Amino acid sequence: MRYMVMHYSDDAMEAGAPPSPELIAGVGQYMAEASQSGVLLAAEGVQPSSKGARLTVSGGKVSVTDGPFAEAKELIAGFAILDVKSKDEAIEHASRFAKIVGATKVDVRLVTEF
Amino acid sequence: MPGRGDTARAIEAVWRIESAKLIARVTRLVGDIGTAEDIAQDTFVAALKRWPQSGVPDNPGAWLMATARFLAIDTIRRRDRLAEKHAELAPPSAAVTVDYVAAASDDIGDDLLGLMFMACHPALSSDARVTLTLRLLGGLTTAEIARAFLVSEATVAQRIVRAKRTLAATHVRFELPDRGERSTRLVSVREVIYLVFNEGYAAAAGDDWMRSELCAEAMRLGRVLVALTPDDPESHALISLMELQASRAKARTAADGQPVLLLEQNRGLWDQILIRRGLAALERVEQLGGSLGPYALQAALAACHARARRPEDTDWQRIAALYDALSQIAPSPVVEVNRAVALAMAFGPAVGLDLADELTSVPSLAGYYLLPSVRGDLLRRMGRHAEAETEFLRAASLTSNARERTLLLRRAGESSHAARRRTGDP
Repeated sequence: MRYMVMHYSDDAMEAGAPPSPELIAGVGQYMAEASQSGVLLAAEGVQPSSKGARLTVSGGKVSVTDGPFAEAKELIAGFAILDVKSKDEAIEHASRFAKIVGATKVDVRLVTEF
Repeated sequence: MPGRGDTARAIEAVWRIESAKLIARVTRLVGDIGTAEDIAQDTFVAALKRWPQSGVPDNPGAWLMATARFLAIDTIRRRDRLAEKHAELAPPSAAVTVDYVAAASDDIGDDLLGLMFMACHPALSSDARVTLTLRLLGGLTTAEIARAFLVSEATVAQRIVRAKRTLAATHVRFELPDRGERSTRLVSVREVIYLVFNEGYAAAAGDDWMRSELCAEAMRLGRVLVALTPDDPESHALISLMELQASRAKARTAADGQPVLLLEQNRGLWDQILIRRGLAALERVEQLGGSLGPYALQAALAACHARARRPEDTDWQRIAALYDALSQIAPSPVVEVNRAVALAMAFGPAVGLDLADELTSVPSLAGYYLLPSVRGDLLRRMGRHAEAETEFLRAASLTSNARERTLLLRRAGESSHAARRRTGDP
C-alpha cells in the first residue's frame, strides 16, 4: 500500500532560508537509507509560498491569490510517497524523516487505489 | 493501556524495516543464516521486553544492531569454547574466521548483498532461493509466503529447513565473491527477484491479496538491489522492467475479470509514478552502456508501450528491432512469436506471417496456442478468412484457459462468417 507523507513548513523555510549543510547531509543520509529499504517511490520539496499561488473556487469562479500566505506551519513543505506493508511502517519512516529535518508536524495519509 | 499497544506496533514496524539488515550483519559475523536468524529473533524478543518500559529508543535501528551484535559475539565465544574442548579430543577442522573489522563498519550494503548471494546460492533449488529471499530479505513470515504461493505453511517451513541444511552441507558461508564471480551470482539474484514478481503478476483478480503483494515485494527487493549495485546496468534494467510492467496492473483486467489486451487497455489507468520511475531507470541503463542486456531489452520493449500515449503512437519498428536483438541474445520460441507480431505491426501482416509460418516447424511450439492465434490474426488481416478460422480453432483447442478459449472461438466464428460472405455462400 502507498502512503503520502507530508511535512509542514516553518518560519525559516517560508522566509527562504537556505538549508544548513547539516540538514542537507542528514537528508542525503536518510534518502540513501530509504532507497536501500526499497520503499521510496517519489519525494519532492517545495519552495516558499511567496513563489506560489493559491486558488479559491466559489460558485464556479476561480480566484487566484499570489503567495506568501499566512501561517507557515499550515503549509506543506514537501512530500514523499512510500510503498510499505502497513501504516505503522509508514509512521516509522515518517518519524525518522521528521527527526532529521526537524519537522514539527507530519501527516501520513493512505493513497487511494482504485 | 494504549501506550503499550502503540509500542508493540512500533516494534513490528521497526522490525519490518530493520530485520533484513540485522540478519545480514549477524550472518556476516557468525557465518550461517540459521544461527543468524535465531539471534535476530532473540534481538526482537529483547526489544519486545525492553521497549514497552523504556520507550522506543531514539535510534531503534542502532539499538537492535548493537544488541544483535552483542548476542552474536556471545554465541561465537561459546562456540569457540566448545571447539576448544573438542580440539582436546580431536584435531581441529577448518577454522571459521570472523571478519570483525568489516562487521563493525557502518556500511550495511555489503552485508545485504552477501545475504542476497547466500539466499540465491546456486547450490539451492529455485523454490528454496525464492523462499529464503522472501523470508530473510523481504521479512515475510512463513504464513505469508505460503499464502502467496498457494502452498501449505508446512511446505514452506520444510523448504526453509531443507535450504539451510543444503547450505550447511555444501559449506556455504557468508562471502562476497570477487568481481568475476559476482556478476554470475547477480544473475541468480535477479532471476529470483523476477520469479517473485511474475508469480505476483500471474495472480488473478479473485486471488488472495498476498499473491499480488509479491509484485510489490519484488519491486522493493529490486530497488534494494539497485542501491547495492548502482553500477550494474542489469540491476537497473530489472527494476525498470518490473516497474513498467506493474504500471499496467490496474488496466489489464476488466471489471468482470476478463483480461484486457495491451492495445485495448485504458491508458489513463496506467500508473504514472511507476512509468516515470521505470523510464528513469532505463535511462540509467543506457548511461551505463548496458542497453543490450536481457533485462534491458525487455525493459526497452515495455518502455515502447509506456511512452505511447495512444496505441497508434506505438513505435513498432523499434519494438521489432528490440525483439530481433532479444532473439539473438536470449533466443526462445516465445520471443520469435512476439517478433512476428511486431514485424506485422511495423511492416504489414505478410512480413509477420512469413516468420510465423517458419515457426510452425519448431517442435517446442507445436502445442503452444499463441502461435496459431497469431497466425489466425495475421491471416484475417490479409483477408484469408477461411485459413484464419482454422488457425483460431486450432488455438482454441490448445489453450487450457477457459476465457482465452471463449475469445478464440468467437474469433473463429467471425472469420467463418467473413469467409462465407466473401464466397457468397449463405
